[in-house]
Amino acid sequence: MHIRHLFLAGLVSLSSMIAAAGTIDAYQFADKNIEGRYHALVAELRCPQCLNTNLAGSDAMIAQDLRREVAEQVNAGRSDAEILEFMYQRYGDFILYRPRLTAGTVVLWTAPGLLLLMGGIWVFRVARGHKREHASLSAEDQARLADLLER
Amino acid sequence: MNRIMSKLFVPLAIFLVIVAVLGYSFRLGDHHDLPSMMIDRPFPVFTATLLKEPDRTASPVDLQGEVTLVNVWATWCPSCLVEHPELVRIVREEGVRLVGVNYNDDRTRALAWLDRHSDPYAFHIVDDEGKLAIELGVYGAPETYVVDAAGTIRYRHVGAVNRKVWDDILGPMVQSLSGS
Repeated sequence: MHIRHLFLAGLVSLSSMIAAAGTIDAYQFADKNIEGRYHALVAELRCPQCLNTNLAGSDAMIAQDLRREVAEQVNAGRSDAEILEFMYQRYGDFILYRPRLTAGTVVLWTAPGLLLLMGGIWVFRVARGHKREHASLSAEDQARLADLLER
Repeated sequence: MNRIMSKLFVPLAIFLVIVAVLGYSFRLGDHHDLPSMMIDRPFPVFTATLLKEPDRTASPVDLQGEVTLVNVWATWCPSCLVEHPELVRIVREEGVRLVGVNYNDDRTRALAWLDRHSDPYAFHIVDDEGKLAIELGVYGAPETYVVDAAGTIRYRHVGAVNRKVWDDILGPMVQSLSGS
């Protein structure tokens, strides 16, 4: 009974290992550092055919080809910046999960701060206006107020 | 009264402008067609063998001389079969040169596919490792590029070409590029 369970468990884990191995590319890297850079790059490049998956997590044909391209380029000694630029030149902003600084992204990133600032200025001016309205009583009213307060 | 109005309605107007801008930006629709980075750039450098003449190679120079449609296709791609009759029609009736990029495919299977469905292409560039596809920024087949006589990429269509795509986009573009 126990042995049969053990056998079944072994079979299940073996088959899942085989299934997992099917999706892992067997690229050779010169050292751990280059391999680490490969994994970082395929994690931060977006699969062009998928809506929201990185190259590392996609089985799409183009993702497989681009992973191979990244592996070849890190092994050939190209820098991360060169590889990201290579991808950008062919696939555009879509492939980069961390957007580049452009006129459009500057507007996107500064607009919330600007709106907050404008709102803050507006609130400040309204508040100051209120204070002045209360402060500016006519001389006659001031006298009445003082009279009332003295009672 | 006027001041109260402006105090109340200026923020409301700003709010409505923000709603309109965001509503437009996030509207539902077909956002998935990526803009091509290759527009107005020369066809990428490549050297590849020809599908039907494996001992011959092709390079970008072979695309120059006349306006050419470069169609990325494969036997594993169902939409390529869907668009095939229209490509045949375009070559036959419109007289446009069509060049194939056989993408990540198997030579034997590709030749059999062309035998079965007819071959309107002037020639086929073999891209069995997807290298040229990466240079072009291809993200799925089929894709069709309009290349002018000087060898510059002028337009990319993603997905199957049908009669509407030809009439509305590719046809007028080919005509204006051929005229100038």
